[in-house]
Amino acid sequence: MTAIGVAFRSRTEIAPSRGVLLAGLAAAAAVLYLVFQGTSPLEHRDDAPLFLTLNGVRDWVDANRTVNPIFLYVLGPIRTGIEWLDDALTFAFAHVNWLTLTAIAGALGLALVTWRTALLVVGSLLVIGLFGLWTETTQTLVLIGNAVALSLLLGIPLGVLAGRSDRFYRAVTPVLDFMQIMPTFAYLAPLTLIFLIGPPAAVIATLIYAMPPAIRITALGIRGVPATTVEAATSLGATDRQVLRKVQLPMARGTIGLAVNQTIMMALSIIVVAALINAPGLGESIIVAIEKLKVGAAVQAGIAIVLLATILDRLTASASGSGDSRIGRKPRSPARRRTILLASAGIALAGVIAGTVLGATAAFPSDWSISFTRPIDDITRWIEINFNPVTDAVKNAVSAWLLDPLQTVLTTAPWWLVVAAAAGIAAIVSGRRAALTVAASLVLIVLLQVWQHAMETLTMVIVAVALTMVVGITLGVWGARSRIVSGILRPINDAAQTLPSFVYLVPAVALFGATRFTAILAAVIYAAPAVIRLVEDGVRGVSPTAIEAATAAGASGMQTIFKVQLPMARRSILVAVNQGVVLVLAMVVIGGLVGAQALGFDVVSGFSQHSFFGRGMAAAIGIVLLGVMLDRITQGAGQRRPIRGVVGRLGVGLNTNRGIREAA
Amino acid sequence: MNLNRDLPRRLAGVAGAVGLILSACSGTPAASSGAASAAATASSPGASASTAAAASHAPCGTVNLAVNPWVGYEANAAVVGYVLQHELGCTVVKKNIDEQTSWQGFPTGEVDAILENWGHDDLVKKYITTDKTAQDAGLTGNEGVIGWFIPKFFADANPDILTAKTDPKILNKYADQFKTSESGGKGQILDGDPSFVTQDQAMINGFGLNFKVVYSGSEAASNKAIQSAIDQKKPILAYYYTPNWFSSKVDLVHIEFPPYTPGCDKDSTKIACDYPPYHLNKIVSTKFATGGSPAYDVIKNFKWTNEDQDAVAADITDGGMSDDAAAKKWLDANPDKWKAWLPNG
Repeated sequence: MTAIGVAFRSRTEIAPSRGVLLAGLAAAAAVLYLVFQGTSPLEHRDDAPLFLTLNGVRDWVDANRTVNPIFLYVLGPIRTGIEWLDDALTFAFAHVNWLTLTAIAGALGLALVTWRTALLVVGSLLVIGLFGLWTETTQTLVLIGNAVALSLLLGIPLGVLAGRSDRFYRAVTPVLDFMQIMPTFAYLAPLTLIFLIGPPAAVIATLIYAMPPAIRITALGIRGVPATTVEAATSLGATDRQVLRKVQLPMARGTIGLAVNQTIMMALSIIVVAALINAPGLGESIIVAIEKLKVGAAVQAGIAIVLLATILDRLTASASGSGDSRIGRKPRSPARRRTILLASAGIALAGVIAGTVLGATAAFPSDWSISFTRPIDDITRWIEINFNPVTDAVKNAVSAWLLDPLQTVLTTAPWWLVVAAAAGIAAIVSGRRAALTVAASLVLIVLLQVWQHAMETLTMVIVAVALTMVVGITLGVWGARSRIVSGILRPINDAAQTLPSFVYLVPAVALFGATRFTAILAAVIYAAPAVIRLVEDGVRGVSPTAIEAATAAGASGMQTIFKVQLPMARRSILVAVNQGVVLVLAMVVIGGLVGAQALGFDVVSGFSQHSFFGRGMAAAIGIVLLGVMLDRITQGAGQRRPIRGVVGRLGVGLNTNRGIREAA
Repeated sequence: MNLNRDLPRRLAGVAGAVGLILSACSGTPAASSGAASAAATASSPGASASTAAAASHAPCGTVNLAVNPWVGYEANAAVVGYVLQHELGCTVVKKNIDEQTSWQGFPTGEVDAILENWGHDDLVKKYITTDKTAQDAGLTGNEGVIGWFIPKFFADANPDILTAKTDPKILNKYADQFKTSESGGKGQILDGDPSFVTQDQAMINGFGLNFKVVYSGSEAASNKAIQSAIDQKKPILAYYYTPNWFSSKVDLVHIEFPPYTPGCDKDSTKIACDYPPYHLNKIVSTKFATGGSPAYDVIKNFKWTNEDQDAVAADITDGGMSDDAAAKKWLDANPDKWKAWLPNG
């Protein structure tokens, strides 16, 4: 059963008065706005007292790092331990030559999945080598290898605990929400303050981001074991421990495999940000290329990341028995299995011998190379120069007609009116509890003294989510109605989700300037794939009989879409809105790098400028609060919590579809 | 001065593989072979002392160089790193981090030296004056200029804008042309990365200009926005600076304001003068300076010109050379310059 199916069935009648209530609220807010506009402005001040206090905290850490026992006996050893792990893995990779590594990866593909996957793995690795990015790729593997290992070591036990204890689950959920909404950029500054620069801080930054899905999905897997099965085991006299080891863990194996897979994907998705604190690897290649405005080199490194993601995804997804490739495939017969294992072992051994005999170097030979950087550079320059007049006009129109008016309203409305209106919407859409959370979040933003910038960021987020939904619904519906379109969209979605946004920021600036619009565009590209998939899934889930009935009644294609498919897929569209909000927020800080100003810029400057540390921290928490607020408003309209835990947070990897299917 | 004198930016790291490159004093461009020494001795007396020193000085050990994310800095690090590694046999570890983080690395020993520092009065006060964990290691010889720049075609068409040196308000005449979707009806001055030294808002206040500061957020975004404006022949007013690897690709003109005089920037919210000239310098950790490493002497002695830096930076960016290759090219062409950096005695 799909998540969407569950959601769809559990959808009860919406009170017809909901629309009326919202309209009434809008009217009341409009009147109050006109009366009180500009009366209690909370203008931004760079020297707000709270920011200075936070600067003080930072100075204290700086001054006490070498004397405080917590640093000496807790944080110091953690850092040393991770450094040791990093050294060990680096050493290992430095002593395996490229030929051996490729052969082993190929053998894994053959043993775990199919010969086709093996070919894909070997081919991808060779392309990476030919791109001249072999060393960087192994550095990236060291970083995510460490981060993923630690994430799973901590995350799976916590997930099992959360799966077995409701109280722990409830306690841990808001923490996980926080970890995932908090922009990675925002904790780089405090992390380097505590763990200094270099691999340990990068590993921990990655861990913070990649561990939550490990916990969530593991918990979900444990919870997914039917209660009757557990009862049966208990009634047969199994102890608690036995239930866990013999029943729950084995039955949740596939889902835990998905947790491993998702953790890897999440870790890969932040390697570019990790490069900002001196983590070497492919992320650094991209950052370096961008700094020199070399789009071609950045694209090539981006493709290497996509290839690496594909390799790891295929290997781990299949290893966990949850891969697409296993679906509908007959189990191998024991004899065939033996043959395949033998063949794999043979390939691996041949690789080891060949690598040793030929004296292959650890790195890929540098005189074999291919490069697309030139043509890519030329094409992007041509697009930049020739498309600019059109793109500039689009940017100006969206800014003048959408962004500016909305921003003016949100920043000139008295803060209490915004709080009341948002809480009102939440109350109508998601219930009283959500309204309380929403109001509390906004009041905290007021107290953080980042109100004006928060409203500017909120404007961008609202416009970005709206555009994402337009793109997502259009393409999603189209994909659901046409196999060809769906087939074309899939790889594009995969690439858009895995390709680091840094790669396309430079041409985006050339086309749209250093503006809010550029930030919005980057957010739409990042968020749309997940939305397209959710909408496509939802529309496809509409029962064929309903469509047949509509067609039989003489409905045209458009009428079928608007009167049958969209309304019936409404639930999944609302889920997609919630998902879109979370993903768009993740891009707010990146937007700060291309002219978006507001909270994103504050976070960026807090990271790079000593005296803005406090403002940056306040802005980072402000982004989390905006995230909580928007999440609570949209979540009530979307699906129920446990499912949301997975669907709502996993849109980053290659597997959104499978994630949803598996989780449900 | 209460401004944060720091220009550079974060958005990037530098040079590919940050390897721990171990190297003995062999096969280096000069110094190590007897013939090369003799030749050097003949041509430059200074070089003979340094060549002897290279053989006799204390072992170098590991040197941690911060590499801040702009190409000019990368050029400094390339050349100094190459000399340290090949002349003194140091293990050079380059760390691609921003300025802020670099200073943070002094007390912990994560960073030994910063090779191009743009002011940073607040950090100087904290780490050098108060904590004494870092110290000034002298000027790099590079002179930094920060200011407001416009495309040359615009200056040619509107030459009176350059009278801002005596009449800053002339800019208001053009505010309308510098308006963008982000500047709320005023003229836009495009600032760069948040960690750049900026007094632009204070200058707007001080001169009474009808302009708004808009931050591009990164050096890359600024460079691209400027290039794009020039492509489209659109006016743009931008915060810019030299030395800057990109300045050879965009034809910009510096709008000068009434020149800086000491104290004219006393009120950090209202400044009616231009940026001061920047004498870029090097900063090292106290531990490193007093630890007896010969590498410290090289870093202290390191000095070159804007042209030198631009040449190496251009080889790295446009020439597509590796840091080491670009460094070697410059070192081979300028032996008397770098030999003067080597420790004597």
